[in-house]
Amino acid sequence: MDFGFKISPSSAINLDKIDLTMFEKLHEMEPDVYKCIACGSCSATCPAARYSGMSMRKVILDLQRGREKEVFSMMKNCMLCGKCTMVCPRGINTRHLILSISKLYCETK
Amino acid sequence: MRERFLTGYNDFVLPFSLGLIFIISYCVVGMIRILHQLPAEDRKRFFISLVTPATMWKNIKDIFLKCLIHVDIWKRNKLLGYMHSSIAFGWFMLIVVGHIEVFLYTPHRVKLFYYPIFFRYFVAETESTMRGSLIFFLMDLFLLIVLSGIALAIIKRVRSVMFGMRRTTNPSFFDLVGQYSLWAIFPLRLLAEAFTADISGGSFLTKSLNYVFTSFLSNHANMLPAWWAYSCALGIFFFVLPFTRYMHIPTEILLIPMRNAGIKIRNARKGFAKAEVYSCPSCGLCIDACPMGVMKANIKDTTVYLNRQIRRRNEARIEEISDKCLLCGKCTAICPVGVEGDKLRIAQRSIRKYNLNPDYSNIPADASGIEFAAHEVTAPSGRAREKILYFAGCMTALTPVISKAMESILKKAGADYAFMDRDGGICCGRPMFMSGRFDAARMLVEKNTEIIKASGADVLLLSCPICYKIFREKYHLDGIRIIHHTEYIAGLIADGILKPSSDDTKYVYHDPCELGRGCGVYEAPREVIKSVGTLVEAQKNRKESICCGGSLGSLTLGFDKRRAMTENALANLVTESPDIIVTACPLCRSTFNRYSDRPVEDIAETIDRKITKTVKS
Repeated sequence: MDFGFKISPSSAINLDKIDLTMFEKLHEMEPDVYKCIACGSCSATCPAARYSGMSMRKVILDLQRGREKEVFSMMKNCMLCGKCTMVCPRGINTRHLILSISKLYCETK
Repeated sequence: MRERFLTGYNDFVLPFSLGLIFIISYCVVGMIRILHQLPAEDRKRFFISLVTPATMWKNIKDIFLKCLIHVDIWKRNKLLGYMHSSIAFGWFMLIVVGHIEVFLYTPHRVKLFYYPIFFRYFVAETESTMRGSLIFFLMDLFLLIVLSGIALAIIKRVRSVMFGMRRTTNPSFFDLVGQYSLWAIFPLRLLAEAFTADISGGSFLTKSLNYVFTSFLSNHANMLPAWWAYSCALGIFFFVLPFTRYMHIPTEILLIPMRNAGIKIRNARKGFAKAEVYSCPSCGLCIDACPMGVMKANIKDTTVYLNRQIRRRNEARIEEISDKCLLCGKCTAICPVGVEGDKLRIAQRSIRKYNLNPDYSNIPADASGIEFAAHEVTAPSGRAREKILYFAGCMTALTPVISKAMESILKKAGADYAFMDRDGGICCGRPMFMSGRFDAARMLVEKNTEIIKASGADVLLLSCPICYKIFREKYHLDGIRIIHHTEYIAGLIADGILKPSSDDTKYVYHDPCELGRGCGVYEAPREVIKSVGTLVEAQKNRKESICCGGSLGSLTLGFDKRRAMTENALANLVTESPDIIVTACPLCRSTFNRYSDRPVEDIAETIDRKITKTVKS
């Protein structure tokens, strides 16, 4: 039934219920993920943002919050162009980070 | 002529004979395996090329010039060239003349393959005849040439700078065994032949040695140990050969016809890639060439070590080496045997398994935003009137000054142009390709192809060499010309459509890796710069230009590690103290700009600044 409005699903994240072992593994491979200051430079330059809402900033945050599904759908359109790496003020090698995530995480989990 | 032994045999020929049988069977098996690993159509192409006269002749010429004379090394450094060709060509001629001797004097012994090698022991010949003395002289001459090469090789181990090499490869254990046995072969041959010089004859080298050390060398009790030692050195060399860098000698003979047949790397480890890996002579020329080697860093990540690790199947190191590389292609450009370090690394990257794979099916291939003739077109008819589709690319999007300058130039030329990705477009696929994910890259290529074909353009204009390379190599655009903006601007100036003003500013041009080595565009940018000022050259330029360090090729190098490379590349550019550094790649421009002490410009900016009056037709 359409009331012209809806109650948005809760975006509350219960960190106790999230399994962060994968993220810890990722952090071991890519110590730089903790360097991110979520400035969003990467999101602003990303050519895939127009299509899948890809944003490296969101990817890093979402992985820490157990929202892997969103990450996978965003990453689908990444073209590895490397612009995010070039603009990152913290010098994070985001391209390699994306490759590591692609290697480590598995969609059918 | 007199044969000394009726049997024509002595036990000392055994080490050599067994070694030769071993190495020949090893090479034959290896060759069959490599050919078997080739894809069927490549194998067919290879066999056809072997019987095609043109490639046949090219194969013979290349094998002679590269394997024996080593012309590429001569061009690099005369002493290094002499060292290589003296050993290779000298040894070859010793074998050839040895066989001629057998054919001339003891034709009934032709079937004994060790006979030419130990001819002096078995056959006594007089040097008083013209024929005899000439052959004696030739044999001693070529032995002297080889010995001089060996002497240089020993000096090179100690002082490689004399040979134009700052750093050389660290030899592995088997390399050392092979090297010492190779060095021992020829002095031992000289010694062994000097013993028989008073019986079997000799020339200026062996005979004189026999006279000088007469008390020792005329004592025939010492003769057999010398011949044994000579044969053992040969035997050891042949037995360790497959496990040393000297495997390049037989493999290169296979690699050259394969390359001439147009075969490319299809599998990371098998077939052509394997032939390239085994053709690497571990000379270490790539170590000095590698832009990552500044401050003695990353030396173990050069192509020579990649090849060694691939031979050892050390997967961890293979991954590390191939992911770190900037893919500038300089090692490929200077490699005397033509090992393609960059392509080998991309092939290694392509065998990685990823759980998440890209999918671009949701991206629309929309060409509706591309409109030609949206502004006044004043260019004269003909080539200048073509519909030009400008694809700025991701990197130019980060340096909008270049696309602005390009648009201004296009306007001043009165060209009919349209932007393909003014508000963001799809990546060309080259970065994806360089990271070894070919399927994803192909999807991007297909999307872009669709857009470009739908736009109705005649010419695709690019200002990023990274895009330019993949557009030239992987896109099939059915007649749409693909040009880089350096070529486009050079064409406009040559046609008189653009008339830039000239002054005495000193410019230096940096050859971007993907434009120079990648696509072979060296002249167009230089012509353009010459039309606006004085062009000076960098210390290392053209195919030896040094990567700016910003390359997208490297997957693992962080920004902190690239700084030293950029500064080294800048130091190379400013030796002639230019006022402005000009490049033709948005990535080089932004990388240099970060650390340069003088202005860095794209060639489009320079030209745009220098055009004051426009030509109206």
